[in-house]
Amino acid sequence: MTNLAIAANGLRKSYGDKVVLDGVDLAVPDGTIFALLGPNGAGKTTAVKILSTLISPGPGSGEIRVGGHDLAADPQAVRAEIGVTGQFSAVDGLITGEENMLLMADLHHLSKPEGRRTAADLLRRFDLVEAASKPASTYSGGMRRRLDIAMTLVGSPRIIFLDEPTTGLDPRSRHGMWQIIRELVTGGVTVFLTTQYLEEADELADRIAVLDDGKIAAEGTAAELKRLIPGGHVLLRFTDPVAYQAAALALPDAGGDDSSLALQLSSGGSQRELRTVLDRLDRAGVEADELTVHTPDLDDVFFALTSRPLENVR
Amino acid sequence: MSTLALSARDSSTMLRRNLLHARRYPSLTLNLLLTPIMLLLLFVYIFGDALSAGITGGAPDRAAYIAYLVPGLLLMTVGSTVIGTAVSVSNDMTEGIIARFRTMAIHRGSVLVGHVVGSVLQSILSVVLVSAVAVAIGFRSTGATPLDWAAAFGLLVLFALALTWIAVGMGLVSPNAEAASNNAMPLILLPLLSSAFVPVDAMPGWFQPIASYQPFTPAIETLRGLLLGGEIGHNGWLAVAWCVGLAVLGYFWSTSKFNSDPR
Repeated sequence: MTNLAIAANGLRKSYGDKVVLDGVDLAVPDGTIFALLGPNGAGKTTAVKILSTLISPGPGSGEIRVGGHDLAADPQAVRAEIGVTGQFSAVDGLITGEENMLLMADLHHLSKPEGRRTAADLLRRFDLVEAASKPASTYSGGMRRRLDIAMTLVGSPRIIFLDEPTTGLDPRSRHGMWQIIRELVTGGVTVFLTTQYLEEADELADRIAVLDDGKIAAEGTAAELKRLIPGGHVLLRFTDPVAYQAAALALPDAGGDDSSLALQLSSGGSQRELRTVLDRLDRAGVEADELTVHTPDLDDVFFALTSRPLENVR
Repeated sequence: MSTLALSARDSSTMLRRNLLHARRYPSLTLNLLLTPIMLLLLFVYIFGDALSAGITGGAPDRAAYIAYLVPGLLLMTVGSTVIGTAVSVSNDMTEGIIARFRTMAIHRGSVLVGHVVGSVLQSILSVVLVSAVAVAIGFRSTGATPLDWAAAFGLLVLFALALTWIAVGMGLVSPNAEAASNNAMPLILLPLLSSAFVPVDAMPGWFQPIASYQPFTPAIETLRGLLLGGEIGHNGWLAVAWCVGLAVLGYFWSTSKFNSDPR
């Protein structure tokens, strides 16, 4: 087994009566991307705050090691290994992007020329050269997030925490951010990522843990998690009741809804499965007015894992 | 590098950051500077005659009242400046950057030390500006030796340090800038209840203890003695004791607040 960048046993935290984390175990191998997936209020941010030494773990938590150091005994050693980009951007809005970068260089005790070089390199890499001399408060959401990550990278951390790095970003910025995250791990960095989007975890993560109500509901690779989910289906809609009846006969394993003239058929959505459905319809000589393929999403994961609907994601 | 050198380096980085804020957004500092200057002009040119006549019981003497008033207003300037400290600390704590600092391997106290040193420097600058106005309208430090001036400067710095640590604590417990400004209000109201504008003897008997037993009055009396060559007596020790006490209290209050988990 490879070394673990993050190893947490029985992570607990509550605020008053409200239990936020109720015994969460995490194990993240070195040099991998780990995604903590869950809806708002599941405890993702609290987990990141504890692992990044921002808040202390609740009583009853087990041993937590980050970068090989005991979080409780030696938080400064943990801090020297990590970089954190929080959900709310951790940039100083009153000073310019470049000043933010140089501030980080100073706090990492880089020499003046080294600090300038690192800042300039990162500003170029994150496409912030033009904006470098403007106050960070004037940046767009995507730019702030890029500056935020650039600042995190100044100290060359071995482990990077990204708390919902793409929440609130437009699709283009989101894909840009994914690219950035992929590039991070090529340098051997470990990334601990939280997200509300299965798609994002699927795109990026080696392993995914689904956090629900302070507990890990499931953990595995994206493929393993998807196998847990029976959610994929094909939906056929008809306007003509006769066609609907004919299709229902042609597809005996489909569930029908007579009032809305809709047929639902579980399917992974592969080309072969779709062709089978279409061939059967053709042979019966019926044509659906509308055909939609529904692929599993976070909602389905949660239906499957917790058999209750999500309130916040829809 | 040793721990001390590292903490000094981080603190000076944080100080640079705070001075950059103050330089780039000077409006808060300048607004707070207006209060003591306006009070100075108001009390000298509008109330000066009546107050000086009332205090001495003789003919109005505006020059004498300027001399009486200025030491109190210099200390009030410090009180006014540190309201800005409370506001900027409170603002800072709501920024994500502070969360970033907390997760970095830097000297933990450097964030607060940067605020405190920056604020003391601002207080000194403000005191110099108010002094310049005072001299321009006729204030003269008569009979003071260079040693007296050095002691007066030292007292102002110590006083600024004490009030700043208290203001930092107020900023830390305030959820937003408005609350911080309100919480720090006593720091500018206390001088109004001190011997800054009229002597404690001239106040109603029931009020005299309130005016006497508070930090501003002994500090004002000491500064007055140093600048104008009057009797200081036990006020010197009292002023220093208040300053040290408030600074230590403010330091422990602020650091324990800052070291506890953020909400």
